[in-house]
Amino acid sequence: MSEQPLLSVQNLVKHYPVRSKGVLRRRNGDVHAVCDISFDLHRGETLGLVGESGCGKSTTGRAVLNVQPATAGKVVFDGEDLGAVGSARMRKLRQRLQIVFQDPYASLDPRMTVTDAIAEPLRIHGRYDDEGPGRVRELLATVGLNPEHGNRYPHEFSGGQRQRVGIARSLALRPDLLVLDEPVSALDVSIQAGVVNLLEDLQQELGLAYLFVAHDLSVVRHIADRVAVMYLGQIVEIGNRDELFDRPAHPYTQALISAIPLPDPRRERIRARERIVISGDVPNPVSPPSGCRFRTRCPKFAVLTETEQRLCVEETPALTERGQGHPAACHYAEVLTVV
Amino acid sequence: MSEHLSTVAAPTTRPVSTVKQRSQRELVLRRFLRHKAAVISLVLFIAIVLLAFVGGAVWRYGYADITPAASVPPSAEHPFGTDNLGHDTFAQVLRGTQRSIEIALLIALLAGLFGTLWGAFSGYYRGLTDSIMMRIADLVLTLPLLAVAAVLTRATSGSWWFVALVIAALQWAYVSRVVRGVVLSLREKEYVEASRALGATDRWIIFRHLIPNALGPIIVNVTILVAAAILVETALSFLGLGVQPPDTSLGLLVSEADTAVSTRPWLFYFPGAFIVLIALTINFIGDGLRDAFDPTQRKVRP
Amino acid sequence: MSDPVLEVEDLTVSFPTEDGVVRAVRGVSYQLRRGEVLGIVGESGSGKSVTSMAVMGLLPASARVGGSVRYRGQELIGAPDKELQRIRGGRIAMVFQDPMTSLNPVYPVGDQIAEAVRAHNDVSVAAARERAVDLLAAMQIPRPRERARDFPHEFSGGMRQRVVIATAMANDPDVIIADEPTTALDVTVQAQVLQALETARAATDAAMVLITHDLGVVAGSADRVLVMYAGRPVELGGVDDIYYTPRMPYTLGLIGSLPRLDGRSERLVPITGAPPSLLDLPPGCPFAPRCPMRAEICDTDEPDLLAVGATDHLAACHFSADLDGRRPEDVFAQTSLDSAGGAR
Repeated sequence: MSEQPLLSVQNLVKHYPVRSKGVLRRRNGDVHAVCDISFDLHRGETLGLVGESGCGKSTTGRAVLNVQPATAGKVVFDGEDLGAVGSARMRKLRQRLQIVFQDPYASLDPRMTVTDAIAEPLRIHGRYDDEGPGRVRELLATVGLNPEHGNRYPHEFSGGQRQRVGIARSLALRPDLLVLDEPVSALDVSIQAGVVNLLEDLQQELGLAYLFVAHDLSVVRHIADRVAVMYLGQIVEIGNRDELFDRPAHPYTQALISAIPLPDPRRERIRARERIVISGDVPNPVSPPSGCRFRTRCPKFAVLTETEQRLCVEETPALTERGQGHPAACHYAEVLTVV
Repeated sequence: MSEHLSTVAAPTTRPVSTVKQRSQRELVLRRFLRHKAAVISLVLFIAIVLLAFVGGAVWRYGYADITPAASVPPSAEHPFGTDNLGHDTFAQVLRGTQRSIEIALLIALLAGLFGTLWGAFSGYYRGLTDSIMMRIADLVLTLPLLAVAAVLTRATSGSWWFVALVIAALQWAYVSRVVRGVVLSLREKEYVEASRALGATDRWIIFRHLIPNALGPIIVNVTILVAAAILVETALSFLGLGVQPPDTSLGLLVSEADTAVSTRPWLFYFPGAFIVLIALTINFIGDGLRDAFDPTQRKVRP
Repeated sequence: MSDPVLEVEDLTVSFPTEDGVVRAVRGVSYQLRRGEVLGIVGESGSGKSVTSMAVMGLLPASARVGGSVRYRGQELIGAPDKELQRIRGGRIAMVFQDPMTSLNPVYPVGDQIAEAVRAHNDVSVAAARERAVDLLAAMQIPRPRERARDFPHEFSGGMRQRVVIATAMANDPDVIIADEPTTALDVTVQAQVLQALETARAATDAAMVLITHDLGVVAGSADRVLVMYAGRPVELGGVDDIYYTPRMPYTLGLIGSLPRLDGRSERLVPITGAPPSLLDLPPGCPFAPRCPMRAEICDTDEPDLLAVGATDHLAACHFSADLDGRRPEDVFAQTSLDSAGGAR
């Protein structure tokens, strides 16, 4: 891929201050939500951003939209640094950068009809008069909803239908990039599948690029072209979908994939015995461990010799290729098949 | 019947939900209708308004007409009697009720509007803006209402709309505090963030999302404000600082009749009864609305 | 085989509401033998959690419960509170989705486990404390003796859930009911908790009811599976039967709608539409409006849960025989639409 990427995130850092309670609200430190991450996303491509809660995947997704300024680093969208453009230009660019939220009930104003909700982006950007009701009806049909039901309120729809409304709304301005923030995790499985299929069809039809943020690796494996795994604010491994799932090289990715039970009893009985169960919990992001952030829970670290361990403690492993076919941030990266 | 359904007919959707859900509006209406005192009060209040505005217009005497019968007690000809000049008290009470309601509604409108905007902007921007705006509101709340109103209205002729303006200027802060509290929680909702991500301006978010969703508490508080405003207007007029003759209001009527309590009690008790009735019904309506909008909240601040 | 420890027969639960009666559970029956794990799967609103709350007698007073729940032959529905308290937490233990609902925030966890031990056993405080530490150790809580003095908020979500499991196994229960025990947790923590549950079950040789919406969790842990839809069991069978040869279109659809981590899914097979309202269920099969195999009889007669082919495999579908050997994509449309229009 030699063409210029649609989105390029470069050394992005996002810290949130932690303040003490009380009148003074002294700054006690920072939550290192996102710590120096970089990735590219091309037109028509889906990048899956996965990890457990608190790993910074959602923060990354929001940072791409440039709603809150990043602490450091750049988000370059179609050649323009979003941190450097003026607010008028940003408003223009925002039309091409849209988001679909996790909870379709919370992200729709309960007092707006579905038509109004979908028309809102058009109205905000003064495009409603040109495109108007016809566009809204077209969008409803695009996401598989009956245009006749546009005058109803969100609570009259099921979860899956509401999420379709959320998708229609994000498509209204004909964006190039959608940030999908856990778009199906609030839905029951039988309904989730329809929404996933819809997202696939829309991408094919409209040539959209997706930044697909999710904790469900099965969905990501299904929909993503490339996958980045995050742990404690950093990308620990990134690669093509099959490459990453079939030949994971970072111990965290291996543990994550291994931990997911398959809906396949015969294989599960075997996998259960081989499961890599990592102990403990994610450390506090205010004071992450030195060196490799995963070392406190790492099954590989536990079996290293003391001299080998020193490297993990002292030096943050770079996200590079170490002969395993794709970049992984582990000093001792080694491919292991776990599915 | 079990054949492969790979092609799909026109998309059909029926809004569905596992357990029936109702719209906010329906729920509020249902809960309000369950509040008996509020429903009765609403009917009574509408009847009073109709009586004052329609009845006043068609009643055989105008409020300024001087009839030949002076100081007669209530009768078929003069249901509420007359005063010593021969004014028909019924006509005067209707006129006074009109004025009082007009003033109260104007106060509610002005204070509601201003207080809502003040509170919404304060709560939306938070930080220093919020601190400054709320300190100003607090300051307004500490002003002794009657004293300030007295000074301000004395300096002018006392036309009814000026009285309303003064009272509104002292009461908007109640509304602004409530609205600010609601907006503080609403602004964290995801649909606000969603709108911002769409490129919405602050004004758009405040007027399209925050204020419409804060309408419930606003309506409740403005209703309570109406009742308070009627009483304040009455008090001012009673002290001679509100509406001035030849115009009249309920407070003024009571004030003019205070010397006649023992000799011609009808002059005093009829306007007095209307004041109590209006204030009471509006308070009950406010109670009903409060319970309807927020069933978890049982008590409301003064 | 031994006698069942828990027998649920034709259990029904309904809740009167403003809008009418919500029939949350409509006739659930199952038997549980010692050491056996029964997985109950279903989507939100299918009645899977209400069923186990009814078994434990934990439903609000307004709920109307019918049918029968027998623990070792003893009827629990309508049993006096005192009797229920002896069984609840002692013979039948429960693990909820949110561990904070079962832990008291103002007492150290060790004391809480010790209290659970003493509630059902006549032992000294010191002995109960000692047992609490052992249980925490069995749950692989590091430094159990020190951690026993910590309060619930000092533990992470996964550890709290393991404390709850330790409490559940404190009295060597005969049955453990785990209601979505891992739903709120991340996958790596889920793996820890599932392992802890298995440890607890193996140590006590209890029977277990595992309620979840995650077909993966059930596949790895359960011996038998009960699939629920709209308050009814629609399929019951051995775990392999349910996953490999489902005989109810809903089960088949659920399996088809799952994306696969092992990369075998080309296009997902969704079930269009949404579950029905439990308020005024139409007659007939509740799944009919979403079912591609729907025929006239489906709108009029609700199918019974009947044996199909293999032993102990039951399905509630008029056409379960037609489903033999068919895959989800043969039956359902691979659509992205919200609701595929068939005969509507």
